[in-house]
Amino acid sequence: MLARQQWRSLAVLVQFASGHDPTSIFAPAGTPAHSIFGLSMLVLSITGAIFLVVAGLLLYVLLRYRYRATGSESAQEPAQIYGSNQIELSWTVIPVLIVVILFLATARVIFSTELARKPADALDVTVIGHQFWWEYRYPKLGIVTANELHIPVSDPSHPTPTYLTLSSADTDHSFWVPRLAGKTDLIPNKVNTMWIDPEVAGLYLGQCAQYCGAQHAKMLIRVYADNPQQFAAWVAQQQKPAAEDPSAAEGETVFQHSACISCHALAGTVATGRFGPDLTHVASRDTIASGSVLNTAANMRAWVDNPAHFKPGALMPEMHLNDHDLDAITAFLMTLK
Amino acid sequence: MRRSWLEVVHEWVTTVDHKKIGIMYICYALIFLLVAGFEALLMRIQLAIPNNTFVSPQVFNRLFTMHGTTMVFFVGMPILFGFGNYLIPLMIGARDMAFPRLNAFGFWISAFGGLLLYFSYLGGDGLYGAGTAPDVGWFAYAPLTSPAFSIGHSTDYWTLALLLSGIGSVSTALNIVATTICMRCPGMKLNRMPLLVWLYLVTSLMVFIAIGPLTAAQIMLMLDRFAGAHFFDTQAGGSAVLWMHFFWIFGHPEVYILVLPAFAFANEIIPVFSRKAIFGYPAMVAATIGIGFISLSVWAHHMFTVGLGAWANTFFTLATMVIAVPTGIKIFNWLATLWGGKIYFTVPMMFAVAFLFQFLIAGLTGIMLSVAPFDWQLGNSYFVVAHFHYVLVGAILMMIFAAFYYWSPKMTGRMLSEKLGKWHFWLFVIGFHLTFDFMHVPGLLGMPRRIYTYEADRGWMIWNLIVSSGAIFQAIGALVFVYNLVWSYFKGQLAGADPWDAWTLEWSTTSPPPAYNFAPIPSVGSRRPLWDLKHPEDPDSNYEM
Amino acid sequence: MGGTAVLLHNPRETWKLPSRGIVGMVCLIIAEAAIFTIFVVAYVFYLGKSLAGPSPRDVLEPPIFTTICLLSSSFTVMGAVSALHRNKQTICSLWLALTVLLGAIFLGGTAHEWYNLIYRDGLTIKTNLFGTTFYSLVGLHATHVVFGLCMLSLALLFSLRGQMTSKHTERLEVLSLYWHFVDGVWVVVFLVVYLFGR
Repeated sequence: MLARQQWRSLAVLVQFASGHDPTSIFAPAGTPAHSIFGLSMLVLSITGAIFLVVAGLLLYVLLRYRYRATGSESAQEPAQIYGSNQIELSWTVIPVLIVVILFLATARVIFSTELARKPADALDVTVIGHQFWWEYRYPKLGIVTANELHIPVSDPSHPTPTYLTLSSADTDHSFWVPRLAGKTDLIPNKVNTMWIDPEVAGLYLGQCAQYCGAQHAKMLIRVYADNPQQFAAWVAQQQKPAAEDPSAAEGETVFQHSACISCHALAGTVATGRFGPDLTHVASRDTIASGSVLNTAANMRAWVDNPAHFKPGALMPEMHLNDHDLDAITAFLMTLK
Repeated sequence: MRRSWLEVVHEWVTTVDHKKIGIMYICYALIFLLVAGFEALLMRIQLAIPNNTFVSPQVFNRLFTMHGTTMVFFVGMPILFGFGNYLIPLMIGARDMAFPRLNAFGFWISAFGGLLLYFSYLGGDGLYGAGTAPDVGWFAYAPLTSPAFSIGHSTDYWTLALLLSGIGSVSTALNIVATTICMRCPGMKLNRMPLLVWLYLVTSLMVFIAIGPLTAAQIMLMLDRFAGAHFFDTQAGGSAVLWMHFFWIFGHPEVYILVLPAFAFANEIIPVFSRKAIFGYPAMVAATIGIGFISLSVWAHHMFTVGLGAWANTFFTLATMVIAVPTGIKIFNWLATLWGGKIYFTVPMMFAVAFLFQFLIAGLTGIMLSVAPFDWQLGNSYFVVAHFHYVLVGAILMMIFAAFYYWSPKMTGRMLSEKLGKWHFWLFVIGFHLTFDFMHVPGLLGMPRRIYTYEADRGWMIWNLIVSSGAIFQAIGALVFVYNLVWSYFKGQLAGADPWDAWTLEWSTTSPPPAYNFAPIPSVGSRRPLWDLKHPEDPDSNYEM
Repeated sequence: MGGTAVLLHNPRETWKLPSRGIVGMVCLIIAEAAIFTIFVVAYVFYLGKSLAGPSPRDVLEPPIFTTICLLSSSFTVMGAVSALHRNKQTICSLWLALTVLLGAIFLGGTAHEWYNLIYRDGLTIKTNLFGTTFYSLVGLHATHVVFGLCMLSLALLFSLRGQMTSKHTERLEVLSLYWHFVDGVWVVVFLVVYLFGR
């Protein structure tokens, strides 16, 4: 089997080739994804070889023994062969051996991924799945945010992985960012764990992979692997309470007097709703509506006016605000960096 | 004297003749095949380009739920029971099934189940809003199906329709087992039965063990939804994972229940068009029984991402890989049957050949998915959708087509048009490969299943476009097939008793057979009684292992 | 053209195959056993997991008397079959009547137990996981008992009217097989719910 370094080179090559495929499983960028990639190469080789041999034999047989009308023996039935113990034994034993090899290789990866020891400086993030958005909590940092997961990049020589604790507030979901790891489900009344360690800074895309209702398709995932300075800056910003911009005071009033606070939270204010995403730093995010809409003032306004415009079936209702209030609230939300 | 159409209808509605019931099952399934195929076409149009608005998310979610549920329970099961019903008594030299009235009951209750499921489209707001058709996916995971998340009655239509269908399935399976064990003609010991009968016997035993868990889980779901029970109520401490276990303890054997009859057809058709006896009859029986047993122990390979723990994931990986061994043995035995034979590429054989290649590929992608870590990436993605359609369409449906071309002459007395058959074959095979070969790619590129649309920046569009284009070919191929069935019924060449020069008992009686099947009940001395008759100097009984 | 007979061997050799009724009933039993197994699994899985409400130890008393009645009814139904086999119709009726009586006592006991559980102990199917799994499992079994008793009563009726003779023995045997299954399930339910689970 190829050494780890060689697998990584292969991965980088594939990654380069698949630049337009941000969610390809063949462009691993973290340890779990790499070990799956390595195993998948073995599996593909074995199954590929089996296919070539068996399909080749099949093709040969079909051509060689096809009925030809000419020839003196064309009317006779061919020799009837009922079986052969030796042949049948051999094609039982060989598959069993293949199964043994494949199984042992697989078991190794299962155990190394699932029972990986957690380093002391790993980052803990709690992921809670909702219909149809992602809640992220950093218990040791006192941060609650939604939909855009910021984690530190993990240098292979001194790994700083992120350990995710997964659960759900409603139905089943699944966290899948193919370039970082295989998927793990979020199941109510059950806690699952997984870990990721992106080795290159950047944005990694994914989405919910367990059907969870009407807007399952747009429960997108954005994982930002930040270098240490970026991450520290982000954490510092997120730890602050909601920004108080006097020019948006009117919008803040509308927010507090509308139904908004029953679902949404703003750290440091009376809004402590948890049904919907935490909005304390909503303007710092690149997207809204769980990654499916760019975070611009126009989009924000359209979303607040009627979420079904972007995500029919989303659980946030139409807010029935008049144009004036809508403008005020949008302006307010866009100050929440 | 010509009978009125009312008399004809009355005869069919009240019949307990296994042949008529078999034909009714098959026709019923064909209608639903077209309906569910249409549902698939609508989905593929929606998915051809990103952010499409051909159907709303709610309608799409109902479409994939209905498509899956219909195909498994109201196409797959009835068509396979239909062929079984028709062929088994004929192949074992009996006059009918063991329990003819139970047979009729099984058909009508299954038929009612299908109609109930489709009534859901009308039940609520009517068709455009797709009424209250279920939208929870064909495996209806909890707690999405709880009263909290599934408001109204859509899920109840799903549950009730399938409960009824389950009763029908168990009835038919019971009939098949009783018939096979108790009604064989003299001389037909168990090891002289056609392999088709053996495979249906194992399939039926699996039905008993597999349908029970589904029925139980659905009763539990109904209790949760109507009586305030908490089986899958996570708020009360219930477990969503428990539903998954119960469903897949049914669900995995179910797919083997669907595939074994396809193997059964291959076991009859491939030998006849290779002009050779099946290679390794005892091994084929043993492999079938092995598959039956092992299939009861692999279910959690549908749950590798649920968090069952490393030991459970390892066990289910092993069990799933092990089942590849008897399955592979079957492919090799078919290959050995072809070897040294004289292969006639009639339309049934063409479909059987396509089956061999396609089932090989389907099996190999299955082995890939059995590798749990690989499944952590590919599970619940379009790779899985491609894999199981490769099995269901590429293997099972192809063999069902083969079975139609092979046995409908016996059922109707007329051959199906060979020319139309070839058009059907090529259109369908091209369409199949366009759709399902390329469908693996979006899965490898991270596209999950059950999404009504996808983002343009993922690189999935070109593949989805190709996949959708294949659907058109398959649709046309299916229509050509239906046209063939109808045209040949009236204008097809007369078949006679034994148009294929075959060797099992069904070919010893007229086409179609009389109501009583055989004048005197035959008596047999080997696995291929007609071979013995046609080759009295060299009967099978001298060689059978 | 008539069917072509394929007569190769001496048709007078005895060719005896099992009875359809028995095979059919065995199949039904396997299918039903699969359903019951899942309910038992759910019961065992949820033991100790109820968040609130009564637990088995709080409210369940092993129903020894009614269990003995039900299990004895397996013997009485065997007696009925044996009597019918010897064409002793009156004795058969007696055994059948006894079977129905014992089964009815069992059902009465269950009804009494449930009455107490619901009104005295406040345990319903909605109360908690124990209530959910208990009532569904025991209730499913009771439903099967009811169905069995209906069939046995019908048999009793036919027997009393003299319409059942020794040539119907196999049919009664098929029914008794079902009844043995119902009793067998009760053995499992009793052990799991009233002994191991408390």
